[in-house]
Amino acid sequence: MESILHGVEGYMYPNEMELQWSILIVLYPYITGLVAGAFILASLERVFRVESVKPTYRLALLTALAFLLVAPLPLQLHLGHPERSLEMYLTPHTSSAMAMFGFVYLWYLMVVLVLEIWLDYRQDIVRLARTATGPLRHVYRLMTLGSYDVSEEALRLDDRAGYVITLVGIPSAFLLHGYVGFIFGSVKANPWWSTPLMPIVFLFSAIVSGIATVMLLYMAVTRLRGREIDMRCVDTIARYLFYAFIIDFSLEMLDLIHRVYEADESFHTLDFMVKTRLYFPHILVQIVLGTLLPLGLLALTQLLKLTEGARRGTYAAAGLLTLVGIFAMRWNVVIGGQLFSKSFLGYTTYKMQFATREGLLPALVLMILPFVILWVLVKLLPPWVDEKAAEQPAA
Amino acid sequence: MNEDRRDFLARSGRLLFLTGAAQLAFDAVLRGEPEAAPNYRTTDHWWGMIIDVEKCIGCGNCVRACKEENDVPREPFCFRTWVERYHVDAEDMERPEVDSPNGGYDGFPERYRTGDGSKNFFVPKLCNQCAHSPCVQVCPVGATFESPDGVVLVDKTYCLGCRYCVQACPYGCRFIDPRTETVDKCSLCYHRITKGLTTACCEACPTDARVLADLKNPKDPVHEFLRTHKVQVLKPQMATGSKTYYNGLDGSVR
Amino acid sequence: MSVFFGHRGHLVRMAALFGVGVTGFFVLQALFVPKDFGVYGHYRAGALDDNRARPAAFAGRAACVECHSDVPDAAKGGRHETIRCEACHGPLAGHAADPTEKKAVRPDPRVLCARCHAANVARPARFPQVDIAEHAGQEACTACHTAHNPLVPPAAGQPGPAPGGTVPPAETPKGETK
Repeated sequence: MESILHGVEGYMYPNEMELQWSILIVLYPYITGLVAGAFILASLERVFRVESVKPTYRLALLTALAFLLVAPLPLQLHLGHPERSLEMYLTPHTSSAMAMFGFVYLWYLMVVLVLEIWLDYRQDIVRLARTATGPLRHVYRLMTLGSYDVSEEALRLDDRAGYVITLVGIPSAFLLHGYVGFIFGSVKANPWWSTPLMPIVFLFSAIVSGIATVMLLYMAVTRLRGREIDMRCVDTIARYLFYAFIIDFSLEMLDLIHRVYEADESFHTLDFMVKTRLYFPHILVQIVLGTLLPLGLLALTQLLKLTEGARRGTYAAAGLLTLVGIFAMRWNVVIGGQLFSKSFLGYTTYKMQFATREGLLPALVLMILPFVILWVLVKLLPPWVDEKAAEQPAA
Repeated sequence: MNEDRRDFLARSGRLLFLTGAAQLAFDAVLRGEPEAAPNYRTTDHWWGMIIDVEKCIGCGNCVRACKEENDVPREPFCFRTWVERYHVDAEDMERPEVDSPNGGYDGFPERYRTGDGSKNFFVPKLCNQCAHSPCVQVCPVGATFESPDGVVLVDKTYCLGCRYCVQACPYGCRFIDPRTETVDKCSLCYHRITKGLTTACCEACPTDARVLADLKNPKDPVHEFLRTHKVQVLKPQMATGSKTYYNGLDGSVR
Repeated sequence: MSVFFGHRGHLVRMAALFGVGVTGFFVLQALFVPKDFGVYGHYRAGALDDNRARPAAFAGRAACVECHSDVPDAAKGGRHETIRCEACHGPLAGHAADPTEKKAVRPDPRVLCARCHAANVARPARFPQVDIAEHAGQEACTACHTAHNPLVPPAAGQPGPAPGGTVPPAETPKGETK
């Protein structure tokens, strides 16, 4: 009790001194954002026929899947009664954004992501079901659903179906992460969250973080495989990252300018919070380090003629800074929204612990886990041709 | 005219019947058996509360009574009801100094002097039993709900502990009970009011600063009170349909 | 199979798998949703009863007066007339149900009276309040005031709530005699 009181300044309603949503709830929009962003990058190729990003298509899909599988885990760890979480599907309260999100998640996982990956990989799955050895063979056989038809007609149908699913998948991806924004944006009790811009800001920052992730992963994995990075591909991705980031930054600036100009009853307390308790995560990390700097770096690559090596380095730096910046943005929304009192008269502090159920350690594990899953997926469903050739037994 | 008389007779008849039944219900109160008080019909009631700020003396009786009656955890910070003290510079309504030491549980040690040009008063707070409750709106599973008689309740066997409702309440009246890891809040002593008793906080209040109100009961003094006093609800701009009416609420109250 | 579905066979199998999933969902719903869910609204109707099933800790004045019928008379016309018993004496439903088993303890006036009457700037100005040290020094409040009817002095030479108002013969703290 004493330690909580120490962190309180001014007046807070007695029940709001301890934060309700921890770093796990910061992780959750971050992870779903990466999913939406990675998928939208993949759909650039499939629907908008941006040929140059084709080398990242399958990788982007697998990345999206790996992160989507991990997305519910921070929520489960956070719940007081995770064993009751099925209630959200069995008796969803239709007025609750959180409940409806459960279905959006399920839709996106099953109908969009799993279906699209299956359809795109089916030819390989059938081949691997016939040629793989050991227990892996059974996994592939299961994935074929008993059909080994890889005739031209069947493959054409797959392609057609995949196109339709991607088409449906784009608004679904928008819905997936826009919804998370709505979960916050619809809370009228909290002026830091309550704005119609919230779903859009969340969505664009998701696109930015997803594109940055796939770009970084592609460069890293290609290097690990000892292959040549397709610069035309990476240049295109970086360009899309730049455009998306400009939109994202404009939206956030619009929100800021609007708040400062209107200066409503909550402004004084929020302004003070940003200038004191949120100065480091918001001004320094999110805005300067995580937005202005990567934007500047990306602008350089667009304006100057840099060598391939210089561009790669700049993209890598910009990508990493972007990921840090978008994480800070989630932090500032979730944690920032709970640092000030709804009486607008006080502030509290977030005391993050390390090895507790909602501490830093599980958060770190949950951030690493998607990469582990991705590694498994890449082994199971190799995105590149020559990798498969390496695994094929002779003849 | 005939309709009115019939209506009146029907209502008074029901009231008499309820009074007689109240004694039966009363014994059931002490045993905590809901089935033994079957005469309560939810559709006959619409509960709210009147808080008269001009009468509150900040004794903290209500906070203590509530904790006793409802077994509210003492640690870390869990309050179904609490009292706030306001120290307002008479010319600066926008920046009051507010405190609530342990929710007012141990009373309020003196901090201020008279004659410094300030306005000082106490404001009891509790769940506002909103008719258009934002907390009910956001609950993903239906673990918090508005009863047919207007009380916002929690189903502790169904609550996931997601804390969305805690975020959605503009009044800060919800908390997580660390013993059950579910949400808890003022239930308007539902177990008491459904048996003809008043809430624990109203029972313990020495100045009648807190009075339970049944808006569907024509005999309830709340109707006259609302007609003759200037009342407000907290945060009216949120349009929560709050049924906790404050008399004498100063503009500086948050 | 391929006769019926041509080259769509794998798509049909996938659709069937989805069909199984959706059916499974409805089966889960039928099995696990509580039967009384949704009767009055989007909640379990049994929760209303759950919320009602708690024993009361405060009995209410009517219960106290059943045995202590002299107190309302003593308080009549006094400033404490409308205050309910348990506001000062604490929750006593247990005592009301079983007076001999669960004893009530008389509160200490120095602590109890100060809760309301210690001077505090935030109290309404017209509310009777004093600086306790100045007003009473080291004395207990009941030296000059009768708790149930505060402006009536206690009977000569006796502290305590006289005239009127019973104190159970045993159990008085500090061993006072009547």
